[in-house]
Amino acid sequence: MTHLENATAGAPKAPAPRPAATRRARRRRRDAVMFIGPAFLIYAAFVIVPLGMSVYYSLLRWDGIGPISGATFYGLKNYIEVLTDDDLLQIIGNAFQLAAWFTIPPVVLGLAVASAIRSQMAGRFGTATRTILFLPQVIPLVAAGIAWSWMYDRNGVVNQFLSLIGLESWTRGWLGDFTYALPAVGIIGAWVLLGLCTMLLVTGIARIDGSLYEAAKLDGARPRHEFRFVTLPGLKNEIGICVTVTIIQALSSFDIVYVATAGGPGIETTVPGLEIYRLAFAHRQVGLASALAIVLMILVLACVLPIQWALRERKQ
Amino acid sequence: MTFPRIRTSPLFARGLIILLMVVTLLPFLSMLSAALAPSGTYPSGLEWPADPQWGNFAKAWQVANMDELLLSSILIVLGTVPAAVLFATMAGFGLAKLTTPRSAWFYLVFVIGLTLPFEAVITPLYFEIREIGLLNTRGAIILPLIGLYMPFSVFWMRAHFMSIPNDLSEASQLDGARRWQEFWMVQVPLARPAIMSLGILLFLWTWNQFLLPVVLVQEPNRRTMAGALGAFQGQWGTDIPLLCAGSLIILAPTVILFLIFQRQFVAALLQGAVKG
Repeated sequence: MTHLENATAGAPKAPAPRPAATRRARRRRRDAVMFIGPAFLIYAAFVIVPLGMSVYYSLLRWDGIGPISGATFYGLKNYIEVLTDDDLLQIIGNAFQLAAWFTIPPVVLGLAVASAIRSQMAGRFGTATRTILFLPQVIPLVAAGIAWSWMYDRNGVVNQFLSLIGLESWTRGWLGDFTYALPAVGIIGAWVLLGLCTMLLVTGIARIDGSLYEAAKLDGARPRHEFRFVTLPGLKNEIGICVTVTIIQALSSFDIVYVATAGGPGIETTVPGLEIYRLAFAHRQVGLASALAIVLMILVLACVLPIQWALRERKQ
Repeated sequence: MTFPRIRTSPLFARGLIILLMVVTLLPFLSMLSAALAPSGTYPSGLEWPADPQWGNFAKAWQVANMDELLLSSILIVLGTVPAAVLFATMAGFGLAKLTTPRSAWFYLVFVIGLTLPFEAVITPLYFEIREIGLLNTRGAIILPLIGLYMPFSVFWMRAHFMSIPNDLSEASQLDGARRWQEFWMVQVPLARPAIMSLGILLFLWTWNQFLLPVVLVQEPNRRTMAGALGAFQGQWGTDIPLLCAGSLIILAPTVILFLIFQRQFVAALLQGAVKG
């Protein structure tokens, strides 16, 4: 209430505000500063300032060892290199391939589970399901990476299973294979995100009005029509959330790749996050690393914002 | 509106779910079976060893200095989570209840940080932390993390306070000290569920944080558990039984807490995804 009162009190059309009202407004402003200040200061110190420095560094050629005053101004050349260098472009491409792996299997499997049970998971079975499917969300990604590098090992479960079903010729050291390393890393991410997406979609489908399905049935809709015209539209929000989460995770991935493959073989599984770390701290190319960081940040926004806008429009 | 729902095919659904659960558990079981093989050998993917070497866990605990790691992780969590929750609760309240529509843009400053990958600021953070002289200390992880958590946490707490009706806080025109009192006596107790969920999420993210420790802290014993696992892998990566035993120990604390507070964790993670 008073929000509006104060807003109009400050507007030119309103009658001159009484002194008490202005004092109150001033006091409220002071309180606002007191409440918001600490959060803002630490956010500014460790996010906004570094972000500004990232932009600044990205315009320099600097090894990070000597004083920054000795760095040469490099203009947009770092950005041009990020957008033209074959290796760096491949690394950015890797991130998008990972995004597909992180997104599609969890969402597809989650939709399959959700439309198959089409209700909240209740009872002891439901609790067990939730608990188990959420385990990968709780453990450090590094542990997931180590667990899966062992799964993919020459002696690991994946090869063991292939031998068991008579596909011995398919066995290999998956993470060292130029063709299969990136999909293999992608499946690790899919494994991590599977439970979260499934539970989001199951919760969502339980909220869809059951009468919609009844009506569809009366109209003689087949299961695939039901899926197309009732389930999918009803789950648009949840799907949007899943895709947002998985894309952010994939594009800014670091932990899994760092422990599972360290970016290899070659640069087959190197992602921007890992390359930023390497460029800045191993190759001493702080400028180039920062340009890649800024490009990465923009790419994440470019992928996520349209999804968010689409979701918001639908709500209105 | 409760129409009887027609279950499509419960058997198929159950089968699919059980398959997903098996796939989820398989890597853990495979690690466990490897962890029980004799240290230094090259075990096989999933095979219960004839003579399970439970001693591997004790050995991994010892070589990785788990006591110190646990303590270090706990210190980092204690330094990070309460402060982040406090700042975010205050700012969420301030942004929801004390700003006029004209200063709403201020909230956007926080929101733009929501999708920021930590890698985008890690390089300058390194130089900043070096400048402050905190490199290689736990403060190098704690301070930046509080800052990096602000967008999500402020967003989260503001959403909560927006849902609280206004007349509650503005029954009387409060000022200064009394507003502060009302915040602590009325608003914070009411916000407990939101604060709890936020605390759980921040605890998980801090405990599992990897990038910051790897870049900013060389000494494994001052890192988080997850960060130390990276160093542990570097040192013992070739001894698969020991590596698996160490990894299982390192992932145990969050899993145990999760099993105890299963309901709260699941709720927090689901809401966290929806709002984030």
